[in-house]
Amino acid sequence: MAMLDEPLYPIAILIDELKNEDIQLRLNSIRRLSTIARALGEERTRKELIPFLSENNDDDDEVLLAMAEELGVFIPYVGGVEFAHVLLPPLETLCSVEETCVRDKAVESLCRIGSQMKESDIVDWFVPLVKRLAAGEWFTARVSSCGLFHIAYPSSPDMLKAELRSIYGQLCQDDMPMVRRSAASNLGKFASTVEQSHLKTDVMSMFEDLTQDDQDSVRLLAVEGCAALGKLLEPQECVSHILPVIINFSQDKSWRVRYMVANQLYELSEAVGPETTRSDLVPAYVRLLRDNEAEVRIAAAGKVTKFCQILGPALAIQHILPCVKELSSDSSQHVRSALASVIMGMAPVLGKDATIEQLLPIFLSLLKDEFPDVRLNIISKLDQVNQVIGIDLLSQSLLPAIVELAEDRHWRVRLAIIEYIPLLASQLGVRFFDDKLGALCMQWLEDKVFSIRDAAANNLKRLAEEFGPEWAMQHIVPQVLDKMNNPHYLYRMTFLHAIALLSPVMGSDITYQRLLPVVINASKDRVPNIKFNVAKVLQSLLPIVDSSVVEKTIRPCLVELSEDPDVDVRYFAHQAIQSCDQLMISG
Amino acid sequence: MNGKGGGEEGVTATSSVSPPLDWKFSQVFGERTAGEEVQEVDIISAIEFDKSGDHLATGDRGGRVVLFERTDVKEHGSRRELEKQDYSISRHPEFRYKTEFQSHEPEFDYLKSLEIEEKINKIRWCQTSNGALFLLSTNDKTIKFWKVQEKKVKKVSEMNVDSSQASANGNIPSSCSASPRPCLPNGGCSERPYKYLSSDFKFPPGGFPTLRLPVVASEDTSLIARCRRVYAHAHDYHINSISKNSDGETFISADDLRINLWNLEISNQSFNIVDVKPANMEDLTEVITSAEFHPMQCNTLAYCSSKGSIRLVDLRQSALCDNHSKLFEEHETPGTRSFFTEIIASISDIKFSKNGRHILSRDYMTLKLWDINMDSGPVATFQVHEYLRPRLCDLYENDSIFDKFECCLSGDGLRIATGSYSNLFRVFGCASGSSEATTLEASKNPMRRQVQTPARPARSLSSLTRVVRRGSESPGADANGNSHDFTTKLLHLAWHPNENSIACAAANSLYMYYA
Repeated sequence: MAMLDEPLYPIAILIDELKNEDIQLRLNSIRRLSTIARALGEERTRKELIPFLSENNDDDDEVLLAMAEELGVFIPYVGGVEFAHVLLPPLETLCSVEETCVRDKAVESLCRIGSQMKESDIVDWFVPLVKRLAAGEWFTARVSSCGLFHIAYPSSPDMLKAELRSIYGQLCQDDMPMVRRSAASNLGKFASTVEQSHLKTDVMSMFEDLTQDDQDSVRLLAVEGCAALGKLLEPQECVSHILPVIINFSQDKSWRVRYMVANQLYELSEAVGPETTRSDLVPAYVRLLRDNEAEVRIAAAGKVTKFCQILGPALAIQHILPCVKELSSDSSQHVRSALASVIMGMAPVLGKDATIEQLLPIFLSLLKDEFPDVRLNIISKLDQVNQVIGIDLLSQSLLPAIVELAEDRHWRVRLAIIEYIPLLASQLGVRFFDDKLGALCMQWLEDKVFSIRDAAANNLKRLAEEFGPEWAMQHIVPQVLDKMNNPHYLYRMTFLHAIALLSPVMGSDITYQRLLPVVINASKDRVPNIKFNVAKVLQSLLPIVDSSVVEKTIRPCLVELSEDPDVDVRYFAHQAIQSCDQLMISG
Repeated sequence: MNGKGGGEEGVTATSSVSPPLDWKFSQVFGERTAGEEVQEVDIISAIEFDKSGDHLATGDRGGRVVLFERTDVKEHGSRRELEKQDYSISRHPEFRYKTEFQSHEPEFDYLKSLEIEEKINKIRWCQTSNGALFLLSTNDKTIKFWKVQEKKVKKVSEMNVDSSQASANGNIPSSCSASPRPCLPNGGCSERPYKYLSSDFKFPPGGFPTLRLPVVASEDTSLIARCRRVYAHAHDYHINSISKNSDGETFISADDLRINLWNLEISNQSFNIVDVKPANMEDLTEVITSAEFHPMQCNTLAYCSSKGSIRLVDLRQSALCDNHSKLFEEHETPGTRSFFTEIIASISDIKFSKNGRHILSRDYMTLKLWDINMDSGPVATFQVHEYLRPRLCDLYENDSIFDKFECCLSGDGLRIATGSYSNLFRVFGCASGSSEATTLEASKNPMRRQVQTPARPARSLSSLTRVVRRGSESPGADANGNSHDFTTKLLHLAWHPNENSIACAAANSLYMYYA
């Protein structure tokens, strides 16, 4: 060790700690593998470090995961793309560990390396690796192999391509359901690299195997393959091969499979094209909307808007709208909630008349739903309806419901409404807001629950930002200032908080002329909590007002507070005075 | 073997019925010496063979899991190949102690002011992978996923910096920072040493030849059990069973009122799939006593109840499986009702046969075999210890009537076994036409207390729907001088998956028999 130069010590330690007892240190060394590689040089990295890492495969998962990730970007450190193949052996071992996240990362890194390798190297090194993994004794290796075919396939010569296709076909029929699941979920990726002619034969037969698997868990992954394969096939092929499978799946015995169809239906309809969707998928979709299983209805309800966009108004009104009506009074609150989160988007699709006639009653019933999530989902998307039916109609029909929610018994519901008020304000406009909601915003400041008062103060700030200081000067500030006479100190504290929040929005003049006097006045409050909050507020006002104001008005007030009998008041006053001093020095 | 019964059987039955098995003692682990007192924590509470039959696991009341491995299989070459060469392995399975680990510790639930025992309620083997063994073990509340693997014991023999020197040399920037705990409290490591590698530090293109990688010498291997995942806080009541799904990614856990579905890889959430809890607990009349997945159909599971019914659930039908797809129960014959009828109807264990066609259930007095395609009644009923029927009152008074006996099926589905009192267990032939009914004692001489089975031959079966009652012993069993000891009960036993070998637990001892 005497041979080591002083600057090398950190690296020497780093290398030693690859084998430290402490997992944190090993992890640390692995994360700095690139540093170690640079210190060893490219040749020794290839000849020593990489073989060393290949041996190091029974470490903790965290270390293996980090190693899998580092190796994915290691090409520069082994001497560039021509030596990329030396990185494959350690990743190959990582592809068969039992921890899924390590395997996934190793596959990801292998794909990253493989996509940079030269074609000849792929054939010489990468393809044999894929074949080894696919023939692995343990299912873990075979699971990993499925995710590598799309890299190996394009560079392979025809003979090898045929072999790879047949191996993939075997993986689709593996004994272990885990392998079949992996084959099913990677089929789309692999298929996208396969030539059209083989797509229709080999890949489709694999797909058929998977769609008829005994295991639900495999079939439902095959559903995802429908959309991916459908996009690769010509529309005609897609209609003749994929569509029947989709229709079948939509009536599968297993609700999980139907759930997947409901979730994927939009992608599937994109794959088969609008015409087939209108003629063939609509009945399937209607069935899913009326499924026995609530989970399926939830998934289907969530796609109502997207699906209607493909169908156009006439078909949507004819087929989908009746289902939507049923769903709006579904027995499961989660179904109603899913519907509520998307139903507003139907308004632009259906147009003004249909919206007023058909959708509005549904909106209203959902707005009065007993389950708060349902009501909130409606309110959060009001802007879309506004665009279609206009503000007047909206205010007539929806506003009473919103006001009702704003006074809801559950404070969490009130809280959620408050959080939507700025959004509503921007959607509804000033005039409308003043009429209907202005009073509510003030009322919340005096709520019994602190979280509501706190949110209400924030709300005022956001409203002031939305409508500008002038509006705030008229509609917020006077009201807030008036309330400072409230007999209860907790309320006074809320108003003080509101003032502190408003002042940056209102600007220095208004702060000085209107807000500051009230704050200064509050420094003479009889409750110490108010007084030290005054000190805090004053501190926050420092950057807003002029330095002359600080010296003339704020500092004297703080000095007075710093001599208060209460220790907390003195503490915060001192803090604020220190800020004053710093401001003076820097200014 | 009961020679007389067996001989007659051979004559009367069709040639397809295999002769009754001749059980022999094979091994015992943890045998008690005379007069030795059994420690409560040592009492075995779970037994399970793995799928290949090469491993056996037991759990005990002390929260330990002990693994045994088969010794009569040659180490080199895959077992499967060996079996192909010579299908009949001449030797019977023999096991040796492999390893043990502490799976569960006693805990205290502070919220509910409840002690949680460490007792292992069930063990289930999972898919073997990469030469490591995996198993699930559960106590009343928490399920754990264990990996048992040979690990090389590594010794780092060469390093760049001699650790003793490094720490002695205070001014050397060490990543270990000379302090015993180099890690920051938040778990991250101090980055300080690496500041020395400032940005202007240049790596020569060939690297530094003086640096070398640590050389690791590994000679010995040792078995290490590591807890990979803990599935906790999902059960309000005591977990009575766990069962893994044939899809290889999910398993269920059942307590008195609910069954939860888990993904093996996700330990922080589970889905409630069956909930029999009534809105008002005063209306509670029935609890779940055991649940098991179908061995091949990933969407089918069965659970049994304290009222003696078995329900088959189809997971495909609905996310919440409160509605069963099939119900198996035996309608009581009118006039036989007594105070104990309901208590002894409670099913303590159910097992699917290997092909999934049949379900075996054990209630207090009988074993019942059900065909899952026939819900009108059991295919066959086997009396386990009919001589106890007059003594139900005593059994009720000393709480023995609530003992939960397990049951098992042979790999070929032709025989079934279950335990009884006085460390006895019984093996019945369940193939049609078989009248095999053997009583064995968990001791080195299993036939010592052979109870005479009736010589009367079983009626040949015209159809499977006919219920057979066999194996009922002569009422004079007690007169044989066998006093029945209710404290020595054989609750747990398991049949080797592909050979005629039974492992059973008598208190703290594990007895193995073969035929």
